[in-house]
Amino acid sequence: MKGGMTMAASTDATTSTTTDAAPSAPPPVRTGAGWSWTPYLLSLPGLALFAVLLLVPLLMTALLSLNSFSFYGGIQDVWRFDNYAEILADSYFHEVFLRTFRIAALVTLLCALLGAPQAYILRRMKAPWRGLCLLIVLGPLLISVVSRTLGWALLLGSTGLVNQGLMALGLVAEPIEFMYTETGVVIALTHVLVPFMVLSVWASLQRLDPQVENAALSLGAGPSTVLRRIVLPQIVPGILSGSIIVFALAASAFATPAIIGGRRLKVAATLAYDEFLNTLNWPLGATVAILLLLANIVIIVGCNRLVERRYKQVFE
Amino acid sequence: MPYLVLDKLTKRFTSWTAVDDLSLTVEKGELISLLGPSGCGKTTTLQMIAGFLDPNAGRITLDGQDLLAKKPNERGLGIVFQSYALFPHMTAAENVAFGLEMRGTSRADRDRMVAETLKLVGLDSYGDRYPRRMSGGQQQRVALARALVIKPHLLLLDEPLSNLDAKMREEMQIELRRIQRSVGTTMILVTHDQSEAMALSDRVVVMNKGRIQQVATPQEAYDRPANAFVANFLGRTNLLPGTVRQDAEGSSITVGDARWPVLQPVPPGPGALAVRPEKISFVAAAGLTGVVQARVFQGTQWLFEVETAAGRMMVIRQHDGSVLPNERERVMVGWRPEDMAVMPAQEAA
Ligand SMILES: Nc1ncnc2c1ncn2[C@@H]1O[C@H](COP(=O)(O)OP(=O)(O)OP(=O)(O)O)[C@@H](O)[C@H]1O
Ligand SMILES: [Mg+2]
Repeated sequence: MKGGMTMAASTDATTSTTTDAAPSAPPPVRTGAGWSWTPYLLSLPGLALFAVLLLVPLLMTALLSLNSFSFYGGIQDVWRFDNYAEILADSYFHEVFLRTFRIAALVTLLCALLGAPQAYILRRMKAPWRGLCLLIVLGPLLISVVSRTLGWALLLGSTGLVNQGLMALGLVAEPIEFMYTETGVVIALTHVLVPFMVLSVWASLQRLDPQVENAALSLGAGPSTVLRRIVLPQIVPGILSGSIIVFALAASAFATPAIIGGRRLKVAATLAYDEFLNTLNWPLGATVAILLLLANIVIIVGCNRLVERRYKQVFE
Repeated sequence: MPYLVLDKLTKRFTSWTAVDDLSLTVEKGELISLLGPSGCGKTTTLQMIAGFLDPNAGRITLDGQDLLAKKPNERGLGIVFQSYALFPHMTAAENVAFGLEMRGTSRADRDRMVAETLKLVGLDSYGDRYPRRMSGGQQQRVALARALVIKPHLLLLDEPLSNLDAKMREEMQIELRRIQRSVGTTMILVTHDQSEAMALSDRVVVMNKGRIQQVATPQEAYDRPANAFVANFLGRTNLLPGTVRQDAEGSSITVGDARWPVLQPVPPGPGALAVRPEKISFVAAAGLTGVVQARVFQGTQWLFEVETAAGRMMVIRQHDGSVLPNERERVMVGWRPEDMAVMPAQEAA
């Protein structure tokens, strides 16, 4: 699970850069004659924790990815980019990575499409219902990922509730394959991750002045125009930070693809896991983890830039 | 025919009654001001006319049509919000253009009208600024421009000039008055600035705790306040307790050792009279006796504090060379019966 761990850490790092819009000025560290060590000493425990738990494992993973592995000789202490070359050349790995990001992108899209309206509707609800519905939306976060995913497996199986329902209604003749398919993984991941989208859109809706919507109404805009022209552009920052969280978590998700996707439908995280624990090819697993991390950073930072440029006035 | 009719409007927020049984008729082309202390329900009243709040009871008709049956976006009103409520993701020009866009105005007309209106509020070079990058007063003028550009028949202005400097405020007041005169726009203006209300309005509505206290022309409300609240709210006033009597010569009120005829119909019994400090003069006879406690020079006028049998009074005299009493001097103060407002005691509480 090394890959998973480093990814989770990288997620936090990237989201915090986008949500902290205004960087606070660092306090002056110079006092009179020379450098004061106090600020550094005070932050030493935090820095040490960060270094030991994140930087060191990350560095070791990166170094490990440069080693080579042979079935009889085990891990060889060489420093070469052979593993990277292998992954970049092999179409099997291309397929896995492509699938990973296809799933992550789809899940992000679905979460945005479901989560943003959900947050908006929640905000408009009256007092007792709002809290209740918010609890239902956030419910998945309170349940262990494994039991939640097993629940999905029960629902989506070929004799599961969803297929029985669809067949009873005569909508499909044969059960739809959800288990061990990308569709199933996307559905389950969306359910797991949609609360993150709801929460971050909710946060940006809180900052919305309801009188601004009223102003648009008074100028003759219909409710749908108000949504499209007034509300949506203002919650773009919320949708973006939600998307970054969801994308990063979806791309590095392990439990859900492992259970719903099974052994054949591999994604990057389950691939790294298998390399580590089944094939015992640790260097290759480390390479997969590092590549996943890099691709994630590139995609997220790129999209972030793009959206921020497009909607620059709301990000100020 | 009355243009806008508010009939027994009531708005309750859980247990708090923000607007209580409010009835008001506004004529077409009239500029009417809502005055009252903070929290007295002025904004709530405007929000009900605009359709953002539903009244718990009462009716609103505009030009004979039931306004409550219409959705807010079908009412066609212009509104300047107390909080401006600008669209933060649009430039000043886009903010102003929004209403025209919704009305399907052509691009060329739109650009022309937006430029004209921005010029009117003195923001011609600020068209492509975002609200966040503007000062409070500039934002307020964008809000004003946004409401004016659609040329509504009814304009609701919730403290539209509160953030402007004195000079700009005066210019905008003149502009509003000009629009009201030339276009015939009906305006309801909420303001905390009494002189603004006095200067601009055809009539003022004084409110307190969600209820209307008086509807009158500015001068009438100032000279003949309907009750003690109005008297105290509009400028400084002296409120003296007395007794109203009805006899053969007519109605009169006795205050301390003096007596004045009462010109308004007031029931006999305990009462009170309100008289403005500048309407009081020092007289030789037939007045209320007292002692000058303090006299303060204020440039164009003198301010006196006189202790009388009916209580402490404030007197303002012009600094015009006439002989005025000194401190500690025994004096007699008086005023013309038509300069005072008499009310039953319960109205004076
Ligand atoms: N949404 C609300 N929920 C509960 N109470 C409210 C709400 N809106 C307003 N009120 C209350 O109703 C009363 C009237 O409010 P309103 O905004 O109309 O006052 P106002 O006369 O406009 O005051 P100001 O001059 O300060 O703007 C206030 O006491 C306020 O606390
Ligand atoms: Mg108000």
